[in-house]
Amino acid sequence: MAIHIVDRRLNPGSKSLENRQRFLRRAKALVQGAVKKSSQSRDIKDVLEGGEVSVPIDGMDEPRFRREGGTRDMVLPGNKKFVEGDILPRPNQSGGKGRGAGEGDSEDTFRFVLSRDEFVDLFLDDLELPDLAKRKLAEVESEGIRRAGYTTSGSPANISVSRTVSRALARRVALRRPRPEVLEALEAELLDCTEEERRAELMAEIDALKSKMRRIPFIDPIDIRYRRFETVPKPVAQAVMFCLMDVSGSMTEHMKDLAKRFYMLLYVFLKRRYRHVEIVFIRHTDRAEEVDEQTFFYGPASGGTLVSSALQAMHEIVRSRFRPADWNIYAAQASDGDNSYADGEVASRLLTDNILPVTQFFAYLEVGQENGLSYEMPNSALWTLYEGLRASGAPLSMRKVNERSEIFPVFHDLFQRRGPQERTAS
Amino acid sequence: MTATDQLLFEGADWNFRTLQRICDACEQVAVQELGLDVYPNQIEVITAEQMLDAYSSVGMPLFYKHWSFGKHFAFQEASYRKGLMGLAYEIVINSSPCISYLMEENTATMQTLVIAHAAFGHNHFFKNNYLFKQWTDADGILDYLEFAKRYVAHCEERHGRLAVEHTLDAAHALMSHGIDRYPGKKSLDLRAEEKRAGRRRAHEESAFNDLWRTVPTGPAKSNAILDVERRRQMLGLPQENLLYFLEKTAPRLKPWQREILRIVRHIAQYFYPQSQTKVMNEGTATYVHYRIISRLHEQGRLTDGNFLEFLQSHTNVVFQPEFDDPRYSGFNPYALGFAMMQDIQRIVTDPDDEDREWFPDIAGKGDAMGVLRDIWANYRDESFISQFMSPRLMRHFRMFHLHDDPQERSGILVDAIHDERGYRRLRRELARQYDVGFIDPNIEVVDVDLAGDRRLMLRHTVVKGAQLSEADTKRVLQHLADLWTYDVSLVEVDTSSDKVLKEYVAHPRNIAAVA
Repeated sequence: MAIHIVDRRLNPGSKSLENRQRFLRRAKALVQGAVKKSSQSRDIKDVLEGGEVSVPIDGMDEPRFRREGGTRDMVLPGNKKFVEGDILPRPNQSGGKGRGAGEGDSEDTFRFVLSRDEFVDLFLDDLELPDLAKRKLAEVESEGIRRAGYTTSGSPANISVSRTVSRALARRVALRRPRPEVLEALEAELLDCTEEERRAELMAEIDALKSKMRRIPFIDPIDIRYRRFETVPKPVAQAVMFCLMDVSGSMTEHMKDLAKRFYMLLYVFLKRRYRHVEIVFIRHTDRAEEVDEQTFFYGPASGGTLVSSALQAMHEIVRSRFRPADWNIYAAQASDGDNSYADGEVASRLLTDNILPVTQFFAYLEVGQENGLSYEMPNSALWTLYEGLRASGAPLSMRKVNERSEIFPVFHDLFQRRGPQERTAS
Repeated sequence: MTATDQLLFEGADWNFRTLQRICDACEQVAVQELGLDVYPNQIEVITAEQMLDAYSSVGMPLFYKHWSFGKHFAFQEASYRKGLMGLAYEIVINSSPCISYLMEENTATMQTLVIAHAAFGHNHFFKNNYLFKQWTDADGILDYLEFAKRYVAHCEERHGRLAVEHTLDAAHALMSHGIDRYPGKKSLDLRAEEKRAGRRRAHEESAFNDLWRTVPTGPAKSNAILDVERRRQMLGLPQENLLYFLEKTAPRLKPWQREILRIVRHIAQYFYPQSQTKVMNEGTATYVHYRIISRLHEQGRLTDGNFLEFLQSHTNVVFQPEFDDPRYSGFNPYALGFAMMQDIQRIVTDPDDEDREWFPDIAGKGDAMGVLRDIWANYRDESFISQFMSPRLMRHFRMFHLHDDPQERSGILVDAIHDERGYRRLRRELARQYDVGFIDPNIEVVDVDLAGDRRLMLRHTVVKGAQLSEADTKRVLQHLADLWTYDVSLVEVDTSSDKVLKEYVAHPRNIAAVA
């Protein structure tokens, strides 16, 4: 009897993928809750690595008729000292509930490993970039069409006449199909010819050529070539995010931390929507400079505050590197709201004239002291300025944040899917 | 030098030629020396990920899609990653050809063990045990699963995934009550089953005439005519196969829903023998791999080192923690089964007086394999234990019997231990632990209130005071009501006093009616 040995290792794995997705879909609300909860307690960076979440199995378990209680008899191995008739104390009060119930308990929640993508998807599921339609640079990539040589099959509309004819020509030459001129010449000769023998010869030759012409068609199906097109992804929409942060003396580490978390969320969020996301870090005191991430968050700097310097820097960078026609421009500004009184006018002009017209969305986050209450914060100079701008219809959102745990809700609030575009989760 | 003196392999590495050699060597021992009778074998090498896949769809190579399998996958994967659980070395499928999965990570020794265990041990058991012969159709199962998968996918396309999911959820909840426990019906022919479904659908499509939809149904028959007895007889009551009952009589199910219930029922039935023969099945496979590999070592085809590696894995597999060990979670079927097989071999070849007294039929008979093959063919766990558990083994495991009566305030009674007075009681109680008729709650459809509100009436016969868990029962009944589309009630009745202990009623939700 032959034993059949098969190597299945190359078969596509993840046969469970579909089932897993069904499970996720079904458990979506539960998993989403778990994701949000876990993202509050962990560092955003770790959170976005994906990972484990505890999913309450309640509502996800499959009920069966189960018995519980009653008298129980069991045979166990490993008796060391008991004799018949011994009475053993019950291990605990729930002794009568039985092992079945115990097993149920351990399944109350189970830790579920989500891939990074699954995690971020669930995390950002109901968020949307505001005003996305403005430049039609939605998350969907459009595909372009490009010529890609010739093929032997295709739709009649795509027949390439010149290529077909040239192949037919080559074939006719190769197979020595008589050219019509040759035939005409022979026929002309036949007309003129009187010599009987020559006439028969000519007629035979003409017949031969004619039959050869029939055998070798002018265009054969094998000559036909179609133009081939392939779809290529068009250059993808790009996004740039400007992180503007006030690092003047009044910004505490706590405030920077809040700002950082907000920027990270924004970064991840943009990353999901666009293939290319650039980040520009601009920090400012009374002067602004473009810096790398490390310096941005941790570099020591101190001084007075001129918000307009950052706005000016952003404006210049946009002009030199990010053409608004090609880029989706986002800006997120974090500040404690202090600004020198004289600067308000300048900042306002920069925003209305140069920046807001080219940005998709401008988020202003006012960070407050730890343990402070956001609604108790008096309106700062910047806040008042931005509120005025927003009232005149600028694409600008503003929130105040004091605690880490507020970051996600605020972010959520800012980017929440709104209005009629609301899609049903499917 | 004869071929049998050559080493099968050296070290831990293997390739496909090695596997082939191992298979041939195992087969020689299994068939010629042990006299095993097996289905043709198909051995498939897979990765760990594929093994996880296979786990989560109840070990089947193909299965219809359902979220609960995804849940199992997630659950298994999580515990595998945390290292709580090792992967099984093998999965074997009761089909013809018998498919055994081997993980690529296994060493050559492990592959030998797995091949001997699965491809010969389990395979022989599947082919010869009476329960499997009676209830499973090894030739048809793979085709049937393929059909089930296609059918469910087709239904999803036609009737929407949600409707199919509701039906499957409900069917799964009732799966353990979708089994015929008593033979008498003709055995399963899954290929014919698949054809029948196809034909039925084709017929429905060809015979569809919209006109019939408009024919008035006429007045219902007078209920008085149908007296209780006749009605119960017509409905085939009492009926403990709830899925069967619904499939045949639920008034408002769509044909495709009936077919899905049927598929779930067939699959439940297919797995029914496995749940009744865990100890025997694993015992057989373990005994067979132990015999085969020891023999290969004797023949000089395995090095001492490889044999030691085998012994280590083998010992891990048959390890039985004691009741006060934190690792204890009931009897290990491998340990118990293997110990019993070895014990039977000893009784047959080298009995002492006690064995002669307890097992007069087999003691000293001499042909261990013959006796074992006969036992493998004709018993299930319960009857196997109640007939072949020897006093020596009970002493070996130091078994004792606890009786826990919640009414008894003082504690748990040690009812019997491994002594002269206790052997028979121990054995009876242990066998009872494996009696499926005893483990599953006994629930039957007893009647349908045709005169009134068409309520479906179920009855749970309470044994030893164990009632149904309330939360689960409510949810299962909800599923049942959704399928039945009228009210469903369940009473729990005590066996001894005939007293009604509890009553549940469930009302159908709309979804099933719309679906």
